Amino acid sequence: MNAPRTRSRGVLSPAFNQWFARGWLAAGYVFLFLPIVALVIYSFNDSPIPNKWAGFTTRWYTALVKDREMLAGLWLSLRIAFYTACGSVVLGTLAAFALVKYRRFTGRTLFTGMVNAPLVMPEVIIGLSLLLMLVSVQRATGFPERGALTIWMGHLLLGMAYATVVIQARLQDLNPQLEEAAMDLGARPLQVFTLVTLPMIAQSIMSAWLLTFTLSLDDVVLSAFLSGPGSTTMPLVIFSRARLGLNPSVNAVATITVAVVATGIVVASYLIARNERNRTRDMAAASRAGG
Amino acid sequence: MSAATPTRAAAPAAPPFLQIQDVVKDFGGGAVAVNHVSIDIAKGEIFALLGSSGCGKTTLLRMLAGFETPTSGRIVLEGRDIAGMAPYDRPFNMMFQSYALFPHLTVFENIAFGLKRDGMPKDQIAARVEAMLKLVQLGKYAQRKPHQLSGGQQQRVALARSLAKSPQMLLLDEPLGALDKKLREETQIELVNIIEGVGVTCVMVTHDQEEAMTMATRIAVMSEGRVLQVGPPSEIYETPATRFVADFIGNVNMMEGTLTKDWPDHVIISCADCTHYVGHGITGTEGMAVGVAVRPEKIELSRTEPAGEHSPHNKVRGTVKDLSYFGSFTVYHLQLASGAVLKVSESNVARHRDEQLTWGDTAWAHWAPTAQVVLTQ
Amino acid sequence: MKSAMKSATKSLRAMFTRGRTVVIGTPYAWLLVFFLLPFLIVLKISVSEMDGVRFKDVLTFADGLMQLTLKFSNYVFITQDDLYFKTYWSSLIYAASTTFFCLLIGYPFAYFMARAKPRLQPALLMLVMLPFWTSFLLRVYAWKGLLSENGWVADVLTFLRIDHLLLAGGLIPALDRYMNSPFSLVLGMTYTYLPFMILPLYGNLAKMDLRLLEAAQDLGATAFTAFWKVTVPLSKAGIIAGSMLVFIPCVGEFVIPELLGGPQTLMIGRVLWDEFFSNNDWPMASTVAVVMIVLILVPLAIFNRYQAQAQELRR
Repeated sequence: MNAPRTRSRGVLSPAFNQWFARGWLAAGYVFLFLPIVALVIYSFNDSPIPNKWAGFTTRWYTALVKDREMLAGLWLSLRIAFYTACGSVVLGTLAAFALVKYRRFTGRTLFTGMVNAPLVMPEVIIGLSLLLMLVSVQRATGFPERGALTIWMGHLLLGMAYATVVIQARLQDLNPQLEEAAMDLGARPLQVFTLVTLPMIAQSIMSAWLLTFTLSLDDVVLSAFLSGPGSTTMPLVIFSRARLGLNPSVNAVATITVAVVATGIVVASYLIARNERNRTRDMAAASRAGG
Repeated sequence: MSAATPTRAAAPAAPPFLQIQDVVKDFGGGAVAVNHVSIDIAKGEIFALLGSSGCGKTTLLRMLAGFETPTSGRIVLEGRDIAGMAPYDRPFNMMFQSYALFPHLTVFENIAFGLKRDGMPKDQIAARVEAMLKLVQLGKYAQRKPHQLSGGQQQRVALARSLAKSPQMLLLDEPLGALDKKLREETQIELVNIIEGVGVTCVMVTHDQEEAMTMATRIAVMSEGRVLQVGPPSEIYETPATRFVADFIGNVNMMEGTLTKDWPDHVIISCADCTHYVGHGITGTEGMAVGVAVRPEKIELSRTEPAGEHSPHNKVRGTVKDLSYFGSFTVYHLQLASGAVLKVSESNVARHRDEQLTWGDTAWAHWAPTAQVVLTQ
Repeated sequence: MKSAMKSATKSLRAMFTRGRTVVIGTPYAWLLVFFLLPFLIVLKISVSEMDGVRFKDVLTFADGLMQLTLKFSNYVFITQDDLYFKTYWSSLIYAASTTFFCLLIGYPFAYFMARAKPRLQPALLMLVMLPFWTSFLLRVYAWKGLLSENGWVADVLTFLRIDHLLLAGGLIPALDRYMNSPFSLVLGMTYTYLPFMILPLYGNLAKMDLRLLEAAQDLGATAFTAFWKVTVPLSKAGIIAGSMLVFIPCVGEFVIPELLGGPQTLMIGRVLWDEFFSNNDWPMASTVAVVMIVLILVPLAIFNRYQAQAQELRR
């Protein structure tokens, strides 16, 4: 019998592999975070000309407080995002249910296609088509006027697609015997949903809500197509300023956004990780105790 | 012609508690899961549906629970057909294979779930849940969540939950499937004691023969959607109705042969390697093809030719081709003249035996005239 | 008694069907109205005559004569006009390049993430999600700063004399000028869509059974062979998902070309926008949209099939 073969033959030794992996990951993260870091640093730059450091200042932040246009945009965006998230979660849960619980119904392929398409469809197409439809309806019935409502409708379409993906994934992993057990014990179908299914998919509903909220808050193209006079969302404000050139007020907004998002994600990740640790600890203790 | 005593159910004096009448479940596309099954279940008995996967036993159980509706046939409970009744309206409760404990509720809330749906007042619920916890000996665990319990403990919670509403019938879906062997043996006995103590009628589904034989009062052996035989465990084991049942339960030596002599008190059957003198009451016609089933433990081995009272019948000579040592007993594979292998099981009554049979030895196998079961199906 | 049983069963069935209708019907109806119907309208308008602000009816009924007027001149114009063809083609090329670079950077990234110590993986994942959840508009805007005069990245690239390479390839207009070029566009799109490639790949690779690799190596494969013959084929689903999630939206991208692209970078998303907002030519914009949809139909179908397959697998 020959001597045992080493795992990797050839040029790549295990040590090289490890350093290569670390290097690639590090470079990748630098790539991902570089713009964010730059934004934050230059938001404190005491100079309207970017890329030329002229000292530390917080005047861009104080200017934000007086920036009516930006604040109005922020307020509008937050409202639209809130309603988008709520609506997306409702429609997304219904769609996820339809896809997971009902294997066969007429037009299922079309339904699946329509639910998944907004995930990848270029937004200019969605925006244009939705706008043309709304205009036709408006010409015929006088409703709706282009504005916050129409923006909400567009965001809802996109949000629903994302919410469905998230909720459907969780729903499919659910043990169907849980719902059967509930029915066996006397719960009627609606009670099964509220008492058993909903608590179990609650976390994914929350994720879907946050995801669609962020999506709506960030959207440019749909908002541009579907907005009306007086309904300028924050991204549209930023976009029009960014088109004209570099603008430190945008940096200030960016830094605040990053700070909020980062805090949220770090907190959420920590809570989830701690939950997982407690669970595994409990399960290990239980199986050790035995019987 | 009857090759064996006709199968009869342990005839209950009262009319049957639950009647499954000619039930068929057709899933379409050629998949008939349950094919004209009729079973009567008596009150208070533990009834097992035994078969390998795909035989239809789980589908039948689900129809009893209400999760599937029969394509045709009736399920009659004390006179009324409940086949179309929803699961939440039926007076049955089920214990699932995966236990299906609600992970977001405590043990207490899990057990109380069904009681709450009935609108029971809070103090009565608390009392009932306490009683149930005491029954399964989990009193201290009321506030724990399912993931904080071991597998065995989860199973007991599932049992308590399914008994909490004092159902008229308890349905068990592979109750011991998830447990390891040691735990399974202990739990089998415990489970039966609790069920009999409570006095609830029970229908269980299993693919494990041992489980069915130890726990059930009556067993229905199922294959491909049909019921092959119904009876108490001893009857199924000692008096199988078909070759399939004989082979499915335990081990068996199946020998094919022809009935050569038909006397009023015995028959002679001639097989490839030996002839059988079958002493118990059988009638048949000379020349018909039959199968003879003999269980390995009913056969004795000796080095010298035995001089039985029915010689030259009921004995055969062979060579030990293989042997498996199981500790408390040994199974010998005896190769016969025709090439067929006879399985013989002997208890190891003595710790050491000088003349222990080993590979290559020649031996005589012999059995009593009551040891055989003659089968035509 | 029997009639009570019968009506109970009937109302049970009715409740099940009623619930089912609501659950399926609500999202279905919503999608038909807000997704499918608009596409049909776009199709209709692309063949309509625009009379100032109003559209002339496609189907008219007058004097007992029903007339169907379909104006195909827009389509003809697109196929004949060189610029449109170039723009469509260029959009596909840019989308393909972006997908390629995302795969090049993202696959090893996802692979190394999935092979990292299990303890570290949640943190690694979180660090990828963080940029993903931060506004993409702001991050694209940041690249404007990084690539402009004296921007950090611009300085580094010039220092490494990479601008000579890029200039030679026709990817930048002049030395030390990185903005508003094919280079900045592809860089910006790759940056934005990288998480869309990493996340499905990571999901796929993390779930892979490592024992398969051990079995391969036990049978004599080198680590290299095991990678190409076992890991990559098994991650095919992730590769397809990631690629479609990058390619299809990139074809119609507007914001990134607008902020980071230039006169040289022809993208069909911008054309559509200009037709609509600048020229106010709605039929033309619709025609551009319809042709775009036709172009992405095949990748769209691939994506749909992948999604359906993924659902089946989970079941």
